Amino acid sequence: MTGAPVLEAAPPPVWPMYRALVGVGLLCGLLIVSVFELTRPVIERNRAEALRRAIFEVLPGSESVATFRALGDAGFEPLAGEPGGARLVHAGFDSDGHLVGVALEASGMGYQDVIRLLYGYSFEREAVIGIRVLESRETPGLGDKIETDPDFLANFESLDVSLDAEGARILHPIEAVKRGAKEHPWQIDGITGATISSAAIADMLRRSTATWISRIHRNRADFQRGA
Amino acid sequence: MAGTLPPEAPLGTDEFLKGLWRENPVFVQVLGMCPALAVSNSARNALAMGLATLFVLLMSNLVISSLRRFVPREVRIATYILVIATFVTVVDYVIQAISLDLHKALGAFISLIVVNCLILGRAEAFASKHPLGQSALDALGMGVGFTAALFSLGAVREILGNGTLFGLSLFHEGFQPWVVMILPSGGFFTLAGWLLVFNVARERRTRVAATGTAEAAS
Repeated sequence: MTGAPVLEAAPPPVWPMYRALVGVGLLCGLLIVSVFELTRPVIERNRAEALRRAIFEVLPGSESVATFRALGDAGFEPLAGEPGGARLVHAGFDSDGHLVGVALEASGMGYQDVIRLLYGYSFEREAVIGIRVLESRETPGLGDKIETDPDFLANFESLDVSLDAEGARILHPIEAVKRGAKEHPWQIDGITGATISSAAIADMLRRSTATWISRIHRNRADFQRGA
Repeated sequence: MAGTLPPEAPLGTDEFLKGLWRENPVFVQVLGMCPALAVSNSARNALAMGLATLFVLLMSNLVISSLRRFVPREVRIATYILVIATFVTVVDYVIQAISLDLHKALGAFISLIVVNCLILGRAEAFASKHPLGQSALDALGMGVGFTAALFSLGAVREILGNGTLFGLSLFHEGFQPWVVMILPSGGFFTLAGWLLVFNVARERRTRVAATGTAEAAS
C-alpha cells in the first residue's frame, strides 16, 4: 500500500464522463436511426430499380417482368408478398406476352470477396443470353473488367447450356479457357490479368446452371404472365 | 476551465488555407495514408472518397468543437470516435441513396473513414481547442486539401495505369497501360513522386526566403 507518493490529483469525477458518453451516444444513435429511416425508402427503390434494369439487360427483348418463387422441390409459383428466403426466378415477357426467358441470381467467391451476378436463360436457345454483375469488390482496373470488358461480356450473349436427352443434366458444363482459346459455345474466353475473377464467373455459372436449368426447363409451364 | 482555452481569435483565412498547401494532410503531414493509397486507383473513386472524408471531417469538427467544454479529457477519444463513426454511417446511407453504383465502387473504404487518422487528428489537435468557426474553416481546408491530394494521386494512377481519366480514353489504341500503377504498389510510387515534388518546392522556397533575408541584411 506504500507505493509511490500520491502526487496525482484525486480520481476524476465519474458523473461528467458518464454524462458525456451517454449523452453523445444517445444523440449519435438518434441521428443514425433518423438518417436510416429517411434514406431507407430511397435505397430500397434504388435496389429494386437496379435489379429491374439488370433483368431487362440480361433478357434482351423483354418488356415486362414477373417474379416467381421456387417451391420446395418441384415447380415455381408467382411471388406474392415477401420472398421469405425462397429462391427467386424472374421471368421476362416480350410485348406480345411471350416468355423471353428467366433471370436468376448466382454468387461465388471472387478474388477479393463474393461476387453476385444475375444471368438470363433462354428456353428457345437453351443458352445463357446475358449476365450482369450485381455486386463485386474485384481489383479496380483488373478484376473489375468482368463488368466492363466488351470481349469478355460477348461470351454471354449465347453461352450454351443445353440439356442432355433426358433433360436431367447439362450436356457440357460451362468452363473458362485462356483468352482467345474458346472453341465451343459452352466455353468462356477469360480476361488476361483477371484470370481468377473470370474463372470465378464461369464457376458460379456452372454450379448455378447445374442446379437450376433442368428444373426450370421441366417446369416451363409455371412461368405465366399475370398468373 | 475556460481560462485554459486560447482566446477567441477573429476568423482568419489562414485556418482554411493552411490545409491546402503548407500543412496539406497527405503530402506534408502524411496522414490518412490508408484511404489515400487504397482508393486512389481512379480519379472518380479518389474524388468521391475525398468528398466523403471532407463531409465527415467537417461535421465531426463542428460537433466536437461545440462539445469541447462538455466532454471530460478522460473520455474524449471515445467520444470523438463515436461522433466520427456516426457521421461515417450517415455518409454510407446517403451514398447508397444517391447512387448504388458509386457505393459499389467505394465498397469497404467508406466504413474505413472511421479510422482515418486525419479526422481523429483534427478533432484532437484542433476542434477540441478552438471555437466553432475556426474549427469549421480548419475542417474545410484540411478536407479540400485531402480531396485535392487524393485526386492528384488518383488522376496520375488512372492515366498511367489504365490510359483513361474519369473513364474517358486518353491515348490511342497502341498505349500499353502500366498495370502496376493501379495495383497497391503503384499507390506508393505515385505518392513518392508527389512527395518529391512537394519537398523540392518547399526547399526552393526556404532557400529563396533565406537569400532574400541575407540580401536585405547586407
